[in-house]
Amino acid sequence: MILGRVVGNVVATMKNASLEGQRLLIVQPIDRAGSDKGKPLVALDSVGAGAGETVYWCRGREASFPFLPKEVPTEATIVGIVDAVNIPPGESKT
Amino acid sequence: MLIGRVIGDVVATQKAASHEGMKLLVVQPLNLDGSDRGEAVVAVDAVDAGVGERVLLSTEGFSAMTSVGRPNSPIDTAVIGVIDSVDLIDGVK
Repeated sequence: MILGRVVGNVVATMKNASLEGQRLLIVQPIDRAGSDKGKPLVALDSVGAGAGETVYWCRGREASFPFLPKEVPTEATIVGIVDAVNIPPGESKT
Repeated sequence: MLIGRVIGDVVATQKAASHEGMKLLVVQPLNLDGSDRGEAVVAVDAVDAGVGERVLLSTEGFSAMTSVGRPNSPIDTAVIGVIDSVDLIDGVK
């Protein structure tokens, strides 16, 4: 899984029927220091995450598992809202 | 699988139900020479690893979720071993 920050959402009226009712959020991946790293992407939300929150998200086929037994076509899903990332000073370099 | 170093942990109260009770670690993947290989990732802990330890990191879903006994769980990365040593033939780095 990868750390990220929710920076927006996507509204799509016409979409795959399996995506009905799913929230599409824009996630900016971040590094261990919380700085932006790489490019933002669109991810489904399975935990009720909101704008500005730090989250961790899952890639690939496993990204659809929070929605079982419904088969949802997603390759990136937010699976947790991060309360804290604890990294001791000696490991905090980027 | 990759070699990585545990550099911290993540606390998350609100998360996928199948992640309840699992420890989440921040792991920095490493090159063979010990330098950082890409960005740190969040991994579930299947072996009770600690900060500073060198570990074996599974970066694919089936093996990762199997390692913690949670099939059909949204897990794509897991720490599946604590590395004691790595031996390389001469000239490899």
